[in-house]
Amino acid sequence: MNKTEIYELARWVADRAKKAGADEAAVDVTRSRDIEIECRLRKVETLKESTQMSLNLAVYAGNRYSSHSTNDVRRDGLETFISEAVAMTKHLNEDPFRTLPDPKYYQGRQAVELHTSDPDYENVTSDRRVAIVREIEDTALAVSDRIISCTCSFSDSFYETVKVHSNGFEGDRVGTSFSMGAEATVRDESGGRPEDWDYRTVRFFKDLPAADLLGRSAVQRALRKIGQTKLESGRYDMIVENRTGGRLLGSLIGPMNGRSLQQKNSFLDGKLDQKIGSDKLTIIDDPFVDFGLGSRLFDDEGMATKQRVMIEKGVLKSYYIDTYYGKKLNMEPTTGSTTNLVFEYGNQSLEEMIKGMERGILVTGFIGGNSNATTGDFSYGIMGVLVEKGRPVKPVNEMNISGNSKELWEQLAAVGRDAYTYSSRRCPSMSFEEIQFSGV
Amino acid sequence: MGQMTRREFVKAGAVGLAFVGVPLMFKGNPLAAFAAPPPGGLNDYLEHFGVTEAVIREVMAAALGHGGDYCDLFFEHTIGNTVTLEDNLVSRASSNVDFGVGIRVIEEDRIGYSFTEELTPKAMMEAARTAANIASQSTSAAPQSLSLREAPNYYPIETSWEEVGVDRKVPLLLKLNEIVHAADKRIINSQVNFTDNTSYIMVAGSDGRIACDFQPMTRCFVSCTAEQNGQREESGYNLGGRHGLEYFSPEALDRLAETAVRRTVDLFDAVKPEAGEMEVVLAPGYSGILLHEAIGHGMEADFNRKEVSIYADKIGKAVAESFVSIVDDGTNPNMRGSINIDDEGNPSEKTFMVRNGILESYLHDHISAQHYKVKPTGNGRRQSFRHQPMPRMRNTYMLSGPHKKEEIVQSVKKGIYAEAFTNGEVYIGAGDFTFYVKSGYLIEDGKMTRPIKDVNIIGNGPEVLTKVVMVADDMELMEGGGTCGKNGQWAPVSFGLPTIKVSSITVGGVSS
Repeated sequence: MNKTEIYELARWVADRAKKAGADEAAVDVTRSRDIEIECRLRKVETLKESTQMSLNLAVYAGNRYSSHSTNDVRRDGLETFISEAVAMTKHLNEDPFRTLPDPKYYQGRQAVELHTSDPDYENVTSDRRVAIVREIEDTALAVSDRIISCTCSFSDSFYETVKVHSNGFEGDRVGTSFSMGAEATVRDESGGRPEDWDYRTVRFFKDLPAADLLGRSAVQRALRKIGQTKLESGRYDMIVENRTGGRLLGSLIGPMNGRSLQQKNSFLDGKLDQKIGSDKLTIIDDPFVDFGLGSRLFDDEGMATKQRVMIEKGVLKSYYIDTYYGKKLNMEPTTGSTTNLVFEYGNQSLEEMIKGMERGILVTGFIGGNSNATTGDFSYGIMGVLVEKGRPVKPVNEMNISGNSKELWEQLAAVGRDAYTYSSRRCPSMSFEEIQFSGV
Repeated sequence: MGQMTRREFVKAGAVGLAFVGVPLMFKGNPLAAFAAPPPGGLNDYLEHFGVTEAVIREVMAAALGHGGDYCDLFFEHTIGNTVTLEDNLVSRASSNVDFGVGIRVIEEDRIGYSFTEELTPKAMMEAARTAANIASQSTSAAPQSLSLREAPNYYPIETSWEEVGVDRKVPLLLKLNEIVHAADKRIINSQVNFTDNTSYIMVAGSDGRIACDFQPMTRCFVSCTAEQNGQREESGYNLGGRHGLEYFSPEALDRLAETAVRRTVDLFDAVKPEAGEMEVVLAPGYSGILLHEAIGHGMEADFNRKEVSIYADKIGKAVAESFVSIVDDGTNPNMRGSINIDDEGNPSEKTFMVRNGILESYLHDHISAQHYKVKPTGNGRRQSFRHQPMPRMRNTYMLSGPHKKEEIVQSVKKGIYAEAFTNGEVYIGAGDFTFYVKSGYLIEDGKMTRPIKDVNIIGNGPEVLTKVVMVADDMELMEGGGTCGKNGQWAPVSFGLPTIKVSSITVGGVSS
């Protein structure tokens, strides 16, 4: 199905929904293709390829709301799908806040090229993919004879999605992504088989990192874990490596969401324009990052996207509020979910930040753990490296950090210049003071 | 938690379980539904998917067109629904239908995979030819005929969810909301999420076997928020399993709502325990998440044949006290993690991972069973027809032991009693595993004293197993169940545990 056909389908579904009794309808139709190759023991171990369609219909009927999805987009099946969707909606309770967004929010969509879709996508051949994976593997295996196992992979995907709202919105998005990398397990005589990985994702094939870099990195990171142990409980300074910072950030972003706020499950309730972190914390939600993994011109409600300062020098400036929760909260909507998170970056590299650490722990990964959006409490498992007088001393694991997000971000002492661009959360490495670690 | 791509999971670098509160999107059935009761016959399933045995065999021949040792076709039709109560109104519902076939070709331990949502011979042949690209030798022929492999039914239900309209669910949610608000004046908010889904699956293998299953599932989550003197706390509870509507009796609704409320209001007095190693007593039931993380993933046979698991060299060795036996079981009646057949068509069973302290069996899928030259254990599961199967857990629990709960609690000088959990994760090579304690109690001088909340517990799997020093006789299986994530695929699972004591494990509290 090409884009024109997808638009026709989406419009047809919206139209039929109204004929079946809906007052308003929102339709999203997506076509996607995914390919994945994995190698191990110098052989292709997994080869996956498929294309798929999906269709989502949101029905607004008499202030009642429901949403429905199907992967069967044949018209005869859809007739029944649509009428059943509308019929089931009538059994729900009325909710006066449920309408499509006011069309004024669709206005002002930027006409900028975001480079989310690689025109060379179709030219990437199977042979090329296999050659890349083989190169990652060759480099990785050459690093050490302690390797027990190494799996390398390459995957790419393409999607095209069309959105049609019965109150006038029409728009489409197209995107590609390429991922590659390795995971390695090594021998540790003191017991255990430490493992680590390095995978990265980009929009354009040309921006993929060098295969040998990833192969080496995965193995070196695993080797670094040999002999890892836990330390004594206590307060330590902490640096969170850029590629894992996104997970910590979740405990701040979740409570900024309109649903959490309105449902009284957010410790950030009532804190707009208040200081919630140190002046090193500035986060901007930027939908226009060129080649950005989260970039888009309109959000999931069709609202035109804007750059938004979410936190400025530690002061909370904005929440993520969609039009539904905006009405419930009696607040102007912003947008319902994140695009790219961009920081005001510092001027140190991770190596420089480590050199400046008197005594602390470099956290290279989180394991499990959770946070409580209502109270701000959090507790996460960690793994990393003990640093003393600016030098790495030994690997650590089997420890937790605990605390409360109300205090954590005030303890943010510095952010690096090393934005992790392989994620929509473009975190720098971040250093914190006096964080509670539990170990022995 | 939303959707996770395989890449995101591998970026997390670990297998892990995530207890998911996000309901899946489901939809009413656009295709002809079966007449009640659900079907048992092979012909019904063939008709349901619009295919014939001859077509299946033709597709297999195409799949084995470049060679290969084995191939299978996994047909799936899933219909699911969610109904949500928020702000005292049942104001949101969603549904989803998923329909397709996944085609897998295996050569040695290597896999080619493709799927299609169009079950026409043309589309299936194309998918088969794509999957065939993995192979280059050892030609296997498609089977001459297919014979049905029957399986017992571990989850009979009275009424299929396809026959339960949303009008019959709305009153349940309103009732739960009513009980919650009546239970305690401090409750300021509650949400109820009710999900059900129904899957029809049919698996045909090139060894000539074909198997089918009808798989119901339901879950109801209640979460509530309470406020006291400007302090807010939130918690919840859930019930579910492979049940029909009859499961949600008035007694069940009372229990669900009241447990959610109690767990929430108890948090007002909760403190964080001290940080560091201490004795931990685990309440029966959901605490089985410890087993899922500490040993379950590490015993999945794919990790062991690749030698990346810390358990790769431990079969036959003593890993725990002799009164410790740990199983992974797909046969518990109506439990969330139960399966009549796995997604490779193999029969389900109760598999002993640890028997009387000795490590006994990995959890196998087809490829691993071939590698180790053992019988498959029925652990080859997949998230959907879009995914290739791999070893996954089912209901993972420890058998009852010789002690009593009272003596276990009394034996603790200073430690914690862990009762409610949200999620866990494991790195199976190093053996580091964690689970998050949403609520519990301090134990001081043999007595449960103050409530505790929001602490992560972390330990080393094999080490912690040796430190299970007391096991009571009160084994319980978790009533609700969880959702396990591995390599970008979700699978419904459950766990169980008797009251047990771990002599030492690291608790993520605060230093004094």
